[in-house]
Amino acid sequence: MATAAREGKTPLLEVKDLKVHFETDDGIVKAVDGISYTVDRGQALGIVGESGSGKSVSSLTVMGLTRSRNAHISGEILFEGRDLLNASDEEMRHVRGNDIAMIFQDPLSSLHPFYKVSTQLVEAVRAHKDVSKAQALDRAVEMLGLVGIPEPRRRVHSYPHEFSGGMRQRVMIAMALANDPKMIIADEPTTALDVTVQAQILELMERLQAELDTAVVIITHDLGVVAEMADEIAVMYAGRIVERAPTRPLFAQPQHPYTWGLLGSIPRLDSPRDEEIVPIPGRPPSLITLPGGCAFHPRCPYVRDRHRKVEPTLEPVEGSPDHRVACLLETGTRRKLWEELQSGKRPDAAREAVALEDRS
Amino acid sequence: MGTYIIRRLLWVLVLLFAVTALTFVVFTVLPSADPALLRAGRQPSPQLVEQIRKNFGLDRPKYEQFCNYVGDISPVWFFDCRNRHVLGIIPSLKTPDVKAPDFGFSYQNDTPVIDQITSRLPATIGLTVGAVLIWLLIGLTVGTISAIKSRSLVDRLSMGAALIAISAPVYWLGLVSLFLFSNDIGKVHIFRGAGSYQPITDGVFGWAAALVLPWLVLAAAFSAFYARLLRGNLIETMSEDYIRTARAKGLNERRVIFRHGMRSAITPIVTILGLDIGILLGGAILTESVFNIPGIGRLAYDSIARSDLPVIQGTVLFGAFFIVIMNLIVDIAYAFLDPRVRY
Repeated sequence: MATAAREGKTPLLEVKDLKVHFETDDGIVKAVDGISYTVDRGQALGIVGESGSGKSVSSLTVMGLTRSRNAHISGEILFEGRDLLNASDEEMRHVRGNDIAMIFQDPLSSLHPFYKVSTQLVEAVRAHKDVSKAQALDRAVEMLGLVGIPEPRRRVHSYPHEFSGGMRQRVMIAMALANDPKMIIADEPTTALDVTVQAQILELMERLQAELDTAVVIITHDLGVVAEMADEIAVMYAGRIVERAPTRPLFAQPQHPYTWGLLGSIPRLDSPRDEEIVPIPGRPPSLITLPGGCAFHPRCPYVRDRHRKVEPTLEPVEGSPDHRVACLLETGTRRKLWEELQSGKRPDAAREAVALEDRS
Repeated sequence: MGTYIIRRLLWVLVLLFAVTALTFVVFTVLPSADPALLRAGRQPSPQLVEQIRKNFGLDRPKYEQFCNYVGDISPVWFFDCRNRHVLGIIPSLKTPDVKAPDFGFSYQNDTPVIDQITSRLPATIGLTVGAVLIWLLIGLTVGTISAIKSRSLVDRLSMGAALIAISAPVYWLGLVSLFLFSNDIGKVHIFRGAGSYQPITDGVFGWAAALVLPWLVLAAAFSAFYARLLRGNLIETMSEDYIRTARAKGLNERRVIFRHGMRSAITPIVTILGLDIGILLGGAILTESVFNIPGIGRLAYDSIARSDLPVIQGTVLFGAFFIVIMNLIVDIAYAFLDPRVRY
């Protein structure tokens, strides 16, 4: 894996205090509200959160695809040191599909139904490279072969609807890789697929990432999806990053109650079959009128009075500087709570055990 | 595909037969007046009426009349209706001097209906083709701009204008435009007025000059309708996932709009266009009447005014024929426009 150290100190992608606010008739939607992260060359970052947590919007903003009259975007997005936020539309066009490519959730609706795969792939190549159609087609066939589509020279002339769901997503991946991008953003790349196919696609992405040394940002609501592949994980809630850590510590010592909730809602193979999956109560908040204090407080089982007024900031966890969390609970309390939860207690019982003073 | 077209063609025959039966019922079984009397002219003697009744088989049973009627229209017929036996399916068995399709003779001037229709067809085709080109040019341009600049001032103004154009009836718009712009009764003498139509064979310029105003009037509502339709389609299409993909590939915006957006947005318009052309070829009755263009619509209007049943029947069937055929063409075209459609 390439590291920032080898390439000099500049990370591939650096997002600093990014805010994306949309003006709507109902008010200002704070889709992304001050997030920062970096992605190094060849690194894989997982961005995890429920729908409406701002994970897709933040990535679309990196691609320059959220620009519109009613969008207010501030902060900094540096790609190889270049400022993407203030780049012209034409400059962004050269970045998209060339430096940064994107894979979307539903490959059926993301491919144009009226054009053959060959047309769509050739177009992607020729948008950035001055090559003949025949050369671009060769490249398309090569890419389809790389992503594991059988008989690529014949299949390239099929329409998207003539492929199965998994094959379609492979086509999308081939299209994204066509110009050897330095980074790929995969927005819920497996959500629309059958479970068995999901595993194949993840495996493929992992293999390609290792082979091509491409940086990957995987956006998902499913921690399980990024567990294998991501080097680092950022958990987003209500437009902010609430926890960010390298993958191993994040799974071993998760710090944020929301992350616990996400982990608790994944069925595990090693847990007893009759163990209940604990959903996170409530729904994500409206991004127009966020709850005061910690945005997660209305759904947090461990909420205390102070949490409704004070906004937490993303700060390093004591003893592990790479692990950052935005939670007002004390480190010691969090550790105890997590231990109780791991011993199989439900959140209410865990709170009792740690003797956290009541919600009032 | 081949079997689909054959199946559809058979359906065309069934449909045309049904329309023929319907017109026969309306105009022959339930006639507004005695056909023999209508044909006999003013103050005929009872003998003459009886003679006509006998000559035209109007005294025969209705089913036999219908059989003959269909037989006359069909270019290929194989049945002797009176004696009820098959003659064959070879067209030459028909009397050579009668042209197929034979819609009978006009009560008014005793000329074959088919000749009247074919002689008036060029005017209708000229009117239709010109108007179609104009409304596609205006409608698609305005619709595209409105969609791309949606909610802008340009969009609001053109959609406001479109609403007015859709709401204005053709006969009203026609008369107003004549009073304003025709070179006889107009305030400003720009265009040639009503009744100035001349065939294209007498000179393209004169033909076109006479048709400019009718083209514009006929195209007005259609332009507005197509602009609104395309605007809606295109706005919807531009929010599709595959448009986002196209942008994410780094295509330039023009290519995104015209190659990816337009390709999907235009498809439903092809359907409507086919049907509209079919309807207009059957006669743009209002426009042709207001501008006194000797087309099929005008023929239909006149024949209705004069209770000229054979001509009415002929124009109705002719209109139905165009609509059915255009429908077929649209459906076949769809298979080429949308690769997901398989027959």
